[in-house]
Amino acid sequence: MSAATAEHDDHHDHGPEKGLLRWIVTTNHKDIGTLYLIFALAMFFVGGTMALIIRTELFEPGMQFVDPQFFNSMTTMHALVMVFGAVMPAFVGLANWMIPMMIGAPDMALPRMNNMSFWMLVAGVLLLASTLFMEGGAPASGWTLYPPLVLQTGSALPFAIFSVHLLGISSIMGAINIIATIFNMRAPAMTLMKMPLFVWTWLITAFLLIAIMPVFAGAVTMLLTDRFFDTSFFDAAGGGDPVLYQHIFWFFGHPEVYVMILPTFGVASTIIPVFARKPLFGYSSMVYATAAIAFLSFIVWAHHMFTVGMPMAGELYFMYATMLIAIPTGVKIFNWTATMWKGSMTFEAPMLFSIAFVVLFTLGGFTGLMMALAPVDFQYHDTYFIVAHFHYTLVPASVFILMAAGYFWLPKWTGNMYDEKLAKLHFWLSAVSVNILFFPQHFLGLAGMPRRIPDYAVQFADWNMISSIGAFIYGPSQLIFVYIVYKTIKGGTGEKVTDEVWEGAKEQSLEWTLPSPAPYHTFSTPPKEVPTMSTGR
Amino acid sequence: MSDGVEQKNTKLVYKLVFIVLAMFGFGYALVPLYDVFCDITGLNGKTASEATVDEVYEVDLNREITIEFITSLPKSTPTMEFRAEKNKIKVHPGQYYTVNFYAKNKTDKIMVSRAVPSVTPGLAAEYLKKTECFCFTEQTFEPNEVKLMPVRFVIDPELPKKYKTVTLAYTFFDNTEKSVKK
Ligand code: HEM
Ligand SMILES: [Cu+2]
Repeated sequence: MSAATAEHDDHHDHGPEKGLLRWIVTTNHKDIGTLYLIFALAMFFVGGTMALIIRTELFEPGMQFVDPQFFNSMTTMHALVMVFGAVMPAFVGLANWMIPMMIGAPDMALPRMNNMSFWMLVAGVLLLASTLFMEGGAPASGWTLYPPLVLQTGSALPFAIFSVHLLGISSIMGAINIIATIFNMRAPAMTLMKMPLFVWTWLITAFLLIAIMPVFAGAVTMLLTDRFFDTSFFDAAGGGDPVLYQHIFWFFGHPEVYVMILPTFGVASTIIPVFARKPLFGYSSMVYATAAIAFLSFIVWAHHMFTVGMPMAGELYFMYATMLIAIPTGVKIFNWTATMWKGSMTFEAPMLFSIAFVVLFTLGGFTGLMMALAPVDFQYHDTYFIVAHFHYTLVPASVFILMAAGYFWLPKWTGNMYDEKLAKLHFWLSAVSVNILFFPQHFLGLAGMPRRIPDYAVQFADWNMISSIGAFIYGPSQLIFVYIVYKTIKGGTGEKVTDEVWEGAKEQSLEWTLPSPAPYHTFSTPPKEVPTMSTGR
Repeated sequence: MSDGVEQKNTKLVYKLVFIVLAMFGFGYALVPLYDVFCDITGLNGKTASEATVDEVYEVDLNREITIEFITSLPKSTPTMEFRAEKNKIKVHPGQYYTVNFYAKNKTDKIMVSRAVPSVTPGLAAEYLKKTECFCFTEQTFEPNEVKLMPVRFVIDPELPKKYKTVTLAYTFFDNTEKSVKK
């Protein structure tokens, strides 16, 4: 293979394969990145449709449209599709496209495994979706799959579990590939502390993934054997303990939420300096803060379980450990703000989304801190307050940043400029509606509305209606993004973009030194020098 | 890609795959670790799974503790009746008491059931000592059989002063299927 690739490098004009087969057999990091991104976008709309079904049912008190079992399937599937089908694959797609270009590598380290991990993801998600049509319906126990409830799932259970296995293997392979690429494929000039933060955050995320996905795979395997092979891991009758599942799940689950947020931090740290026209403030503290968050994420899991009946010592430990996370997180928020401070800022769509991210993610962090207080979490737990919390950390944070990344790099990917006016419309509609959608959920939760219910007491009616209206604006607004992407691929505004696209971006990081659109093969010979403005120098 | 890089990649992949396998094992290792942890700390309200030896304590007549009894049947066992003869009793630490539990198999088939005890507050569990309990073994019920099952217990006078009420809960699980397979 090495001989073949060496020869390959001599023919720079060697393009992609012709026809549809290109997309199935491709091992090119840009093709695979595109596949991941398109797949994630499609799943974003599948999961979004489920969310709209939920919000439609909750528009008014009483049972309107769907039966409770299906409603619960919707909350479960919405979460699983969004986490494993949309947000995670979208970031893997960005990693595929950008990491080699950012570190001056010709491709990912393990191109064939790269192809396999994408198609395994597709298989996993299809298998998961197929459970919707099975006897007894799709899993309806919530995405946390707690026993004993989840064991009451109909024929769907083994399929859902197997799909979790596939999704897990796919992300593990993706993670291994990313680690190998970053460790072994960097241009010689690209030392670790010169890597853009997006690369750093992904490196750390990849380590999180290989540490936690196997644990989750183990937990669902135990569910499987409990149901079909007479083991009693979580079955009290046989000497097991259902609370044990919660410990294992959250040992995976808490780091998992950081899998979705760390690359978000990375993209934000890449975009903000470009539009502030300043070096990133506190580069090395950003790296250390990311590592600290990743480490802490392994020792705080039971803050999801304050109400299971832990003794005082446990409650206190998990309370203080959780609050510790706010420190490195605060460092980051401070650094982004300081980067913008006295910068000559302009407000193109990627920057607008990033600024909204800084503000709204902070709000989500604050509600997290509130819930970290064990005594008050007894009130917040399993109410809409926590729904509001994690949607603030995921939608106007991870999803906004994914949109920002789309606008930021589309010109580099396609060579065309997107329609800035439409993108601004997309931003303002999203930013306003996301708050109409999720802010009232704080009030609902504080007033005691439980999560995962299809019907509610009339006192919750008004805020639910407002929240649903927000959803009906937010959801369709995202179609604008699809239209903009389509139009950009088809030629965009007609304006030819320069190599660096954004003023001064060439000094920030390597991808902007390449032509736009980025050719099929890039950095076949590593660059001699690397720009360092994104690292604060 | 030069041969050097390829070799480095292979080596790294082996290491990473090793981490993956180790973490899969770690997930399973959490199961015994959890039990050991709970045993040592007594956190989850599990009582001893075997009878404790009859020991004579000094009875503390000045202290009175309320013991509550809760019986429950999970959804999977609707074919039984199960209750305690009293809802609660007042006891003196150090003195032995016997409370009868009553269970009935309402089906005309043989039934094998297992009662799982749990004590609240969890940290009081180790001071509630049972010399006799139907929860130590599986109980086999003939069709329509009614059983009167005594529980003999004592509260260790060492029980910290802050505990005034201790709840002993039993859940009776139908284990017939699993037992037949064995
Ligand atoms: C300052 C940082 C954060 C703190 C202190 C924090 C704290 C908490 C706490 C205590 C809970 C449990 C609430 C309960 O069940 O009663 C929780 C739930 C949750 N958090 Fe956070 N959080 C933080 C950041 C994040 C981030 C960055 C994400 C995701 C990107 C996130 C996603 C979630 C999710 C998904 C849940 C709910 C899981 C479920 O029960 O379904 N959190 N958080
Ligand atoms: Cu958490």
